[in-house]
Amino acid sequence: MGKLFAVVVTIITVVSTAIFIAHTWWLPPDISAHGHAIDRQLSETMISSGVLFVLSQLALALFAWRFGDREDGRRVKPFPGGATPMVVFAAVLVGAEILTLTLVGAKVWAGVFQTPPDPNSLQIDVQAEQFAFYFRYPGPDGRFGATHPELINEASENFFGLDPARDTSARDDIVVPTLTIPLNRPIALTLRAKDVNHAFYVPELRIQQDFVPGLTIPLHFTATQTGRYEIVCTQLCGLGHYNMRAYIEVLPQAQFDQWLKDKAAQQ
Amino acid sequence: MTHATVAGAHRHAPPQGFLRKHVFSLDHKVIGKQYLDLALVAVCTGMILSWLMRFHLAWPETPIPGLAKLSPNGAAGGVITPEYYLSLMTMHGTIMVFFVLTTAPFAGFGNYFLPIQVGAEDMAFPRINMMSFWVTLVAFLVLISAFVVGDGPPLSGWTAYAPLSAVGKDAGPGQGVGQTLWAVSITLFCVAQLLGALNFVTTTLDLRTKGMSLARMPYSTWAWFITSVIGLIAFAVLMPACILLILDRVAGTSFFIPAGLVISDRLQPHAGGSPLLWQHLFWFFGHPEVYIAILPGFGIISHILPVFARKPLLGPRVMIACLVAIAFLSYTVWGHHMFLSGMNPFSATLFSVPTLVITIPATIVTLLWIGTIYGARLRFTTPALFCLGFVSVFVSGGISGFFLAQPSIDTYLHGTYFVVGHFHFVMGVAAMFGIFAATYFWAPKMFGRMMNETLGKWHFWLTFIGVYCVFMPMHYLGLAGNVRRYSAFTDDYLKPLIPLHRFITVAALFTGAAQLIFLFNLIRSRFRGPQAPDNPWEATSLEWSTTSPPPFDNFGGRPPVVERGPNEYGIGSGARGVDYGMQAAAARVSAR
Repeated sequence: MGKLFAVVVTIITVVSTAIFIAHTWWLPPDISAHGHAIDRQLSETMISSGVLFVLSQLALALFAWRFGDREDGRRVKPFPGGATPMVVFAAVLVGAEILTLTLVGAKVWAGVFQTPPDPNSLQIDVQAEQFAFYFRYPGPDGRFGATHPELINEASENFFGLDPARDTSARDDIVVPTLTIPLNRPIALTLRAKDVNHAFYVPELRIQQDFVPGLTIPLHFTATQTGRYEIVCTQLCGLGHYNMRAYIEVLPQAQFDQWLKDKAAQQ
Repeated sequence: MTHATVAGAHRHAPPQGFLRKHVFSLDHKVIGKQYLDLALVAVCTGMILSWLMRFHLAWPETPIPGLAKLSPNGAAGGVITPEYYLSLMTMHGTIMVFFVLTTAPFAGFGNYFLPIQVGAEDMAFPRINMMSFWVTLVAFLVLISAFVVGDGPPLSGWTAYAPLSAVGKDAGPGQGVGQTLWAVSITLFCVAQLLGALNFVTTTLDLRTKGMSLARMPYSTWAWFITSVIGLIAFAVLMPACILLILDRVAGTSFFIPAGLVISDRLQPHAGGSPLLWQHLFWFFGHPEVYIAILPGFGIISHILPVFARKPLLGPRVMIACLVAIAFLSYTVWGHHMFLSGMNPFSATLFSVPTLVITIPATIVTLLWIGTIYGARLRFTTPALFCLGFVSVFVSGGISGFFLAQPSIDTYLHGTYFVVGHFHFVMGVAAMFGIFAATYFWAPKMFGRMMNETLGKWHFWLTFIGVYCVFMPMHYLGLAGNVRRYSAFTDDYLKPLIPLHRFITVAALFTGAAQLIFLFNLIRSRFRGPQAPDNPWEATSLEWSTTSPPPFDNFGGRPPVVERGPNEYGIGSGARGVDYGMQAAAARVSAR
């Protein structure tokens, strides 16, 4: 029975590790300026914790194989050296691992979430609601109009609650359902929620952030590849949660400028 | 501090009549069994819900026969609607976390065995103990009633994030009466667990028999004791949080709801609250709750593994120190659930470090178990197999914690199936393996009858292989960016992952079906199993010094006198085959 257990545990360990190593299911290609650091951190964690995983499972399998009761009256053997050396070894090994991960990882995190956005970033306002995202560009005047929750009206497509009648800076604001951004230019989003918690997640951009009602939350990144990617909601927001998505369209600068001009002309 | 010999005040006469004996019993053993029966009903309910969810994820268009009868709106024609999927998910999580993973290993087995293991006649406060169970039962009934009352169960998940959970029926179906029932149920549950924890702490400190010093307590008792200390603090935070949530919902307060929310085209009449406050209060409970679910498992494995290894546990003092360290650290890590919540990003590192540090005692504990097996004479009984399986799945689940503890990696993996795989392994499957090990190990003592070993082994193998097929692929899904809490995968990048979801679903149905073997074995042996001897496993702790099942006052009026610790295995020359020393060698009692 011990041998069977050892074989089953070994098979499980080898197969699951092989699938991780083969990248059979893996992260989509990274399209962000900061993503490579996250990917490296992930790979390093995968290797260091993968070694711990394999070693622990195989030790368990080996001992189960080796130390079954054969009813031969032999005495049990204590673990060599007792608990102390093993405890010290484990504490030092795991301690060193988490220290390294923290020192490196804290920098990666800080690079994404603790640095201010580039002053030349393109400012875009994002409103999340059950079950859609809307994106607002400041228009030619470079200023966002003020938002008034009581003016939010889905039927007249006033998703942000703007007041163009009295607020001149709101008149040229561009509101669209797709996040269109220029390539290689820092983007600074301001996240607002209209109703409940939502989240902004683009796997390819290696970025994720909750929207919280009552808070405006900044988020910045730079996309390094053109293309069309999905933005999905990862914070349970109600019955349509699974279907809450938008697209992010990364365009070369010239094409983006043209797009923005066309949109401004339509206002 | 050994008061049992003088603490005669709590003694009560043997109960008379069916109601007093089996229903409204003050006997901790009956109450323990009541908790376990409740957990059994709850786990069956929770598992059926997970089957429905898994089936829907794999084949979203295929009707499920009979489901339309349960919920004409939620599953018209047998096809689960997106909102009903979320309701099933919310109920699955709530039932499993509260009414199974807390109720069975802690309240159930703890109630039955803690007093016996310290040599007491009963809990310190039997009446409070009975009340604790009945309040738990009411909490369960209140929760389940959400299936039939109003517009169905809530859909905001077991975490019930505000404002979705706080604004009432505007937020969606089930967010009306259903969500209120949820909050009332959890409030009641907290009350019950506080009463229970109070009893556990007092009993451990005050009712230990002569010679039962703290150092001589079995590891399971230590774990229940530490868990109840965690519970006293954790449930004392969740209870007021739930009361505030109820007030937001029914009394017009705004603890968790800020101004200016427009939900279902209606400007909400609230102002000044904070959704993050709910998250902080919830996770200040929620993370220690993970340890409330798993620490009794640690204790149970540490208690059972030496019995079948015929060897003392490696590093007994280190084990206790690790349990205490984990309990302490469990209060410093709650923010790792909130890295991306909009909380100040500078606090992420503050929560990340203790989260990673907690892996040190967790690793040491694991190595102590593996080191205990070294040089052992392992007897591969069903409880022993579940102990070994526990170590394996705990390693698998613990390892993925390294990833999620780091905010930088959590930026990608948060909210994906990686998290689902992680917590199911580490607090779901591992805790369940602890429960299974405990059931096979203690059933002879509790029911006086042995469980069937052949069926037990089939149950183990199918479950062990099954859970790996179900939960390991979830890590792959998470790496591919598969978002959790989705009722269908309509996103372009998620569609290629549906075949893997089908594999998981098939594995989950099979693994679930394998649990029927356990259910059959449990029920059959409870009534028909072969008579159990007093000490079938040749174990040392006090429960094995009394009859199977123990008499009403546990030791037949003769409190045992403890002479040694619980770790005396592999001693002596092996003459006459006795290689262990009972904690109370002379305390063999006869049934009254």
